[in-house]
Amino acid sequence: MQKSSRKKGKIRWSKLYSFSCFQPHTIDTVPAQDLIGKIGFSRVVFCNQPQLRKMKPYKYANNSISTTKYNVATFLPKALFEQFRRVANLYFLLAALLSFTSSPVKRETLIVPLVIVVGISMIKEAVEDWYRLLQDMNVNNRTVKAHAGNGIFVDKFWRELSVGDVVKVNKNEYFPSDLLLLSSSYEDGACYVETMNLDGETNLKIKRCLEATLGLNEDEEFNQFRATIRCEDPNPSLYTFVGNLEFQDQTHPLCPSQVLLRDSKLRNTDFVYGVVIFSGNDTKVVRNSTRAPSKRSQIERKMDKVIYLLFSVLLVISLITSIGSVLFMKSDMVQWWYLRLQDPEDPKPVKSGFQQFIRAFILYGYLIPISLYVSIEIVKVLQAMFINKDIEMYDQVTCKSVEARTSNLNEELGQVEILLSDKTGTLTCNQMEFRKCSIAGISYGGALNEVDLAASKRMNNDVEANRFSIENSGSTSQIFEMFEFSLADSSIQKAVLEDQEGLDFLNSGNSRISNVGKETVVKGFNFRDDRLMNNQWIYRSDLFNVTMFFIVMALCHTGIPVEGDETDKLKYEAESPEEVAFLIASQEFGFQFCQRTQSILVLKELDPSSGKKVKREYKLLHLLEFCSSRKRMSVVVSDEEGKIFLLCKGADSVIFDRLADNGRAYQQATTSHLSSYAEDGLRTLAFAYRRIDQADYEQWNSIFTKAKTTIGPERNELLEKASEMIEKDLILLGVAAVEDKLQKGVPECIDKLAQAGLKIWLLTGDKKETAINIGFACSLLQQDMRQFHIYLSEEAESNNQMKAMKEEILHQIESSYHVMCTDSDRSSPFALVVDGRALEIALHCDIKYKFLQLASNCASVICCRVSPKQKALITRSVKEHTGSTVLAIGDGANDVGMIQEADIGVGISGQEGMQAVMASDFSLPQFRFLERLLIVHGHWCYKRISKMVLYFVYKNIVLGLTLFYYELYTCFSGEVLYDAWYLTTFNVLLTSLPVISLGVFEQDVPSYVCLQPFTSKGKKIIFLLEPDRGLDIEWHGCILVIFLANMYILSPSAFMEKGYVADITHFGAIMYTCIIWTVNCQIALIITHFTWIQHLFIWGSIVLWYIFLLVYGALPPAYSDRGFQVITESIGSAPIYWMVTLLVVVVALLPCFIHIVIQRWFNPMDDHVIQEMKHCRKDITENQMWLREQRNSQKMTQIGFSARVEAKVSSFEEGLHRKKRSI
Amino acid sequence: MDVDGGESSSSDSISVRSIPIHSRQSEDFLYKFKQQNIPACKPVLTPAWVIATLLLLGFFFIPIGLVTLRTSRGVVEIVDRYDADCVPEAFKGNKVSYIKDTSVPKNCTLVLKVHKHMKAPIYVYYQLDNYYQNHRRYVKSRSDQQLLHGLKYNDTSSCKPEESNNGLPIVPCGLIAWSLFNDTYKFIRGTAELRINRKNIAWKSDRNHKFGKHVYPFNFQSGTLIGGGKLDPNVPLGDQEDLIVWMRTAALPSFRKLYGRIEEDLDADDVILVHLMNNYNTYSFGGKKKLVISTSSWLGGKNDFLGVAYIFVGSSAIILALFFLLLHVKNPRPYGDTAYLSWNRKGISS
Repeated sequence: MQKSSRKKGKIRWSKLYSFSCFQPHTIDTVPAQDLIGKIGFSRVVFCNQPQLRKMKPYKYANNSISTTKYNVATFLPKALFEQFRRVANLYFLLAALLSFTSSPVKRETLIVPLVIVVGISMIKEAVEDWYRLLQDMNVNNRTVKAHAGNGIFVDKFWRELSVGDVVKVNKNEYFPSDLLLLSSSYEDGACYVETMNLDGETNLKIKRCLEATLGLNEDEEFNQFRATIRCEDPNPSLYTFVGNLEFQDQTHPLCPSQVLLRDSKLRNTDFVYGVVIFSGNDTKVVRNSTRAPSKRSQIERKMDKVIYLLFSVLLVISLITSIGSVLFMKSDMVQWWYLRLQDPEDPKPVKSGFQQFIRAFILYGYLIPISLYVSIEIVKVLQAMFINKDIEMYDQVTCKSVEARTSNLNEELGQVEILLSDKTGTLTCNQMEFRKCSIAGISYGGALNEVDLAASKRMNNDVEANRFSIENSGSTSQIFEMFEFSLADSSIQKAVLEDQEGLDFLNSGNSRISNVGKETVVKGFNFRDDRLMNNQWIYRSDLFNVTMFFIVMALCHTGIPVEGDETDKLKYEAESPEEVAFLIASQEFGFQFCQRTQSILVLKELDPSSGKKVKREYKLLHLLEFCSSRKRMSVVVSDEEGKIFLLCKGADSVIFDRLADNGRAYQQATTSHLSSYAEDGLRTLAFAYRRIDQADYEQWNSIFTKAKTTIGPERNELLEKASEMIEKDLILLGVAAVEDKLQKGVPECIDKLAQAGLKIWLLTGDKKETAINIGFACSLLQQDMRQFHIYLSEEAESNNQMKAMKEEILHQIESSYHVMCTDSDRSSPFALVVDGRALEIALHCDIKYKFLQLASNCASVICCRVSPKQKALITRSVKEHTGSTVLAIGDGANDVGMIQEADIGVGISGQEGMQAVMASDFSLPQFRFLERLLIVHGHWCYKRISKMVLYFVYKNIVLGLTLFYYELYTCFSGEVLYDAWYLTTFNVLLTSLPVISLGVFEQDVPSYVCLQPFTSKGKKIIFLLEPDRGLDIEWHGCILVIFLANMYILSPSAFMEKGYVADITHFGAIMYTCIIWTVNCQIALIITHFTWIQHLFIWGSIVLWYIFLLVYGALPPAYSDRGFQVITESIGSAPIYWMVTLLVVVVALLPCFIHIVIQRWFNPMDDHVIQEMKHCRKDITENQMWLREQRNSQKMTQIGFSARVEAKVSSFEEGLHRKKRSI
Repeated sequence: MDVDGGESSSSDSISVRSIPIHSRQSEDFLYKFKQQNIPACKPVLTPAWVIATLLLLGFFFIPIGLVTLRTSRGVVEIVDRYDADCVPEAFKGNKVSYIKDTSVPKNCTLVLKVHKHMKAPIYVYYQLDNYYQNHRRYVKSRSDQQLLHGLKYNDTSSCKPEESNNGLPIVPCGLIAWSLFNDTYKFIRGTAELRINRKNIAWKSDRNHKFGKHVYPFNFQSGTLIGGGKLDPNVPLGDQEDLIVWMRTAALPSFRKLYGRIEEDLDADDVILVHLMNNYNTYSFGGKKKLVISTSSWLGGKNDFLGVAYIFVGSSAIILALFFLLLHVKNPRPYGDTAYLSWNRKGISS
């Protein structure tokens, strides 16, 4: 059975090529074969001779790959280097080194935190790298059948493969390395390859082996197989290959079409044999990939700036301290006998000043928050954990959830401004669905699109809302008129009356129906129209046309049927998914294409007269293949009665040009349908036919056959001419529209993201038409948009002259820009469509700027036919030019460059192939989760981290500056007010947990409010150094309050009943208490979301301080130093201590409190207002509020589904006004 | 303040599995925790809240301030600076030579007039100004181990430059002990001497845990350079309360230290003669010496600042509250009004 089906496949497919006349020439003129053996072309591969490979220089690396950043040996130096790239870490290293010379604080207090900070970060790196290693191992441990000798093939791990091994790859398997194709299951040695992971192209590519190796198509043949390949050295170029095969004493030149690249997939071919040429890290795919750069988030970079600022403050106050100490020493201090300066005449002011400087430098180091980094690391890991655990981003189909692969970019998610998206596998499922058709001028399959539906619903809603509100004012008549109008529009009326289901669906959300909820019964077929379905078409009046339409659909293709699960339904395979969709559709309509032989196509079709299924055979006379320049394909068939037909399908423009005068009956109606389909993002193909007389056919046949047999360069031209001769005078039947099926939730997601103010760029390897279709389907493009197209004319392309091409592109850019500038007051947005070749030129340095300026002013940008490298290049250019945060999302290996280059790379993990995921920072099972990831988690993480950084700086400044102020009272001698352990515990114990809880749990607005599209708009919150916050003054005030209040209250008179006076230990403990209270209460002012965890941490930290004092004070004085019994004996029993604490906390926080109040009162930010709305329960009492706000905020959005609805509504309203005026 | 019990909208979609009751709660919590959905309270600063908080603050602080101020005012304090007056006329021009000249008698008499009834115990302090006891070099120069263990502990490197003399260690070592304050006071009311209790002026913890009971001064003030006071070598350090008080370094350059207690009431208009020995050299660095006698309250000594600050803060809070109240009444901002959302505002402004 197995054998026979294989045989069948062989016949079907190999015979097909006999028709293929326009097949691209795979064997071009052999380039540079004579280079072989020279530099750069020195590789020699001994096929099937493992013993020869051991010796140098023919010993090549094995097939294992590694994407890890470190290995055991390099981890320490490399990871340390990474750590000390951070400014703060470097500073602390410096401080720790300096502390060995002279230090006012204990050395351990400097070194231990540094070790902890660096250690934790390095452990994090190590764990992340470990996961990379596991993934590599997963890939390396895949198995493939490899020749083990004597014609036996055994399973071998990928990593064990070496150059020269013969492997057998089965259908739907990935190639383990770059292979030279020896033979395939087809007799002519061809095979089909899907290169989605390489270039994102979804159509299958044909590879073909050399004639010489054609016979090696059985396992046994390889027993004696010996050959030598001399070829180029490993290089990243995917589309070139230079080499020779020495086989059976003959030298055969090799070309790219014999090379099967790693990470592409064998399709529609049962098996192939191949020889490994490049393995592991030498493969072209790996060569094409770049090492994952370490990405740093903007906040981290900003943090560096803050650290620089604090560092300069630190330098300044250290300098002040050292100068002050020198001045004191020179003038007064010699008189201070109690200090016993050894040599009063020469106190060596310079030396002591320098020492003082170092001391101060270390002492005021508390200004620089070392634990900030470690806290942020902890917080980010926890945040990543929350992201990973989010049930809303869990895909039940694949059982995968979102994975934050590097946690240090969490907050960057909230900053994304430009989204670069791959198409296939990311936005679309790479699956076509038959959606609509227009036959003989009548459109079937739902006349309305979702935009119309949503718009009409909106209109009706508005009308009703207005009616209720204006009822009393007496102007109802006008409103009723409006209502009538909206129903008067025939199509809308139909929608409202008929498509109740659709409306119900729309009720549940504002979004487009993208087959969500409506489960299609047949995969690839999503068509509903009772006029055609269930064989109802036989009652149509224009039966002949309908039948012809279905026959064209069933016959004009290159597909083949394969056995399906059910007996009466077949499955199909074809070169493009569109054809599959057509075949499935025709099967559904009752024209089942069931067999293809070399010359016969068999249809099982429904006979309209009898209503029974009849098997009919059509003789396939000729097949004029599709190619991108012809944009059409035709078959010439004769039916059972001997009537000869030319059946043609193709792009509408091409078909319309070739219509007969009597074939244009439906052209006008069809054209209007075409445009409405195109607006929906459907891909359309026009169908036409022509009846050919026997005589005409004979005449043409001879010409065509002659052309086909011509050998030489003019062959193509002759064939072209011959087909032109017959593909004319066509009669238009109609158009069929297929949908490139979008992934679940994609339009909604894009809509929300667009409303959140993101710009969305589509980068695809597909051709322009497909890209534009998808643009419409995703609402990235809309009908009233002004589209700019930048492309190279064929003429310029063929000339291949750089200068001319550049000029052409520049001209296009400038004219587009001119249009944009002059039209800028128009409301309609702009869109830019760029071709890959043109893009390559446009991104040259001198016109890059102009191009990007144009592009960044467009609402949406679509780049088609771009290579992986170009994707990366665009990403980099956009990033550099706009300076905004760029997120790239993709699923295949061709997106790896882009993913790595972008500020944030996101990989889709649902599909096969893990390259994108492995290169990414975040992996998502579905595109639609991007919405929640960016809008909820990005928003939260950003706010959390920025609040956290702000607060961290605050608390360290508070502590650090009190140290400095105290210096003023000790003549800059470097005395510390606090006990060393107070200082050590400050960042570690007493203030760390609240700030971590801020970073992990803070939610300024709840997640569902975040998801209301408008909330994310004002998402850029004020960061540090923002002038109008005036925080520095507040902080300063707060510190001064702490300091001065303590000074005036505690000095000089007694501070407790028994006449005791406060000394330095009491002073320090009391002041420190004030700091702990102030700092922890300050965070309570910042936090807006208190769970019991926050409460526990904040108030617990304060309690912890007292516990610490008690425990520390109970230790023997040798250990507790200044803390000895300080609270139990002295300050604890002094009422003044508690009163000072209360006073200082209130006074220090009052300015900040007032500031917050005033800001909320006069200049509330969005999150404030939303908090208030939540607080007043407005969202519950007022149902319409979210909807209304949503609409208000939408007005500024230019792309996305809602924007389209908006545009539609306004056009309706315009029509209404016009109508009213005319009355 | 409103308490938000998680968002029902998001948790609806997930069907809750039936879990045994005892673990149900913890699993539910864990689930909510992971979904960041723990019940939380989200305080919003509404005008009512702000005004109420400020008013409360005011009404709480002002009484405290008044009580504190009253207490502080009830403390009677007499401060008398004597360093300048005690220098004989002949040495007015060169005070340093006066203090350094051991042959000149250092005794001096002050006359203090009690202007208000002073209730026992009355605390006697000496106050030094412009004296940097908090200088790092000075603060460091001591050995706590030696103070506790005496000669048994011989690592006195921290005491530099006063760690040894003539090759013998000094107990107590260091600059602080070396510069011990050594002015003495004798109080006479009318004809009778007022007894000054000089016991229990140091912290108990110091006497018991920081200064050895069996550590006696050794080789102290025997060098060429004599700093301040001398110690009785027969009294253990734990009983040398003057030293213990002195060794508690002050935080600021102007400080008081407890000298003793007068355990009798002083009546208003009592005249007290103070016979003092003006031994301590503050002249070379321009320091001031003051004698302070003060009663004490539950708050300690006389300190109006605390009370005034409380009253000030309280009254400013009330003023602010009134200001906000006025603002709220005259120009109320409807809270949670969507018109304040940024996109709506943009529409208004343009």
